[in-house]
Amino acid sequence: MMVGAAPFGVIFGTLAIGSGIPVWATLALSLVVFAGSSQFVAVSLIGSGAALPVLWLTTFVVNLRHALYSATLLPYARHLPARWRWPLAFWLTDETFAVVENQLRHHTGERDGAHYWLGSSLAMYLNWQLWTLVGVVVGQSIPGLSNLGLDFAMVATFAAIVAPQLRERPVLVAALVAGTVAMLTRSWPYKLGLMIAAVAGVTAGVWADRKSVSPQATVPGTGRPPV
Amino acid sequence: MTQYLLLAIGGMVLVTFGIRLSFLVFGHGLSFPQWLERALRYVPASVLTALIVPMALAPQGLLDVSTSNAYLPGSLAAAVVAFFSRHTLAAIISGFLVYGAWRWFF
Repeated sequence: MMVGAAPFGVIFGTLAIGSGIPVWATLALSLVVFAGSSQFVAVSLIGSGAALPVLWLTTFVVNLRHALYSATLLPYARHLPARWRWPLAFWLTDETFAVVENQLRHHTGERDGAHYWLGSSLAMYLNWQLWTLVGVVVGQSIPGLSNLGLDFAMVATFAAIVAPQLRERPVLVAALVAGTVAMLTRSWPYKLGLMIAAVAGVTAGVWADRKSVSPQATVPGTGRPPV
Repeated sequence: MTQYLLLAIGGMVLVTFGIRLSFLVFGHGLSFPQWLERALRYVPASVLTALIVPMALAPQGLLDVSTSNAYLPGSLAAAVVAFFSRHTLAAIISGFLVYGAWRWFF
């Protein structure tokens, strides 16, 4: 997991510096937001001068899955005092969730579980800071980085993340709809079109999912199975 | 610019930390709604695709599917390699090679 995060940390730091975001803000995004995918989206949005509410709403949508992690891990944290739960919540990410949930479900007792959780969180956190810093140094040491196809690095990174998910039909539908709507709304101000496209994509995905999980015939127009 | 960045990052912290705190600190007795769990599965693909499609198809703002647009073959290469290999870094590097070669030839 920590090795897996390294290239993304470096790419994030490099992209942020290359898009003209100051060093302090780049480091702050990793230090206090600490949510990889929303940091990438933020670089793209800040770089194109998106309105603040659009940035905040997009962050909300992109990071909402952490609420699911928060709910899933609650049974393992119920017995912990608030001084444990607040920092554990702050450090909750995809990677930490994957590792900790698996470990707590199968192996560890209550006391050791909390220490395992805290240890994993800290390791992932420090790892992310280190690779962000490496990316910032790389970004600063290559002058004129933005002319070297830096925008393209973002496109390639996102394409590489999305493509394997397209094997699932509903995800493919979501991506097609989101991409089409984004294309049609691309000239809207403040990157508003991005929000509309994301909502349209998610809605289409849920719709396609509902169609594929209920293969039994339904009465047209009512959604109910024939009697 | 500094004020914009401070507000941007501050808001992102409130939103993100709030989401993470939700159940762990305030969520006793609540359960995560199932419809939302289903919807969340489609968020990454929707948001990321919405970001990259206009950049790949219209890097200058207008639809450009000519040979002068290296973004399109480059991002398609990254997507195809990722689709078949599931190897993110290899996909990004392949994308860059195609992008670079395209700009060199056209």
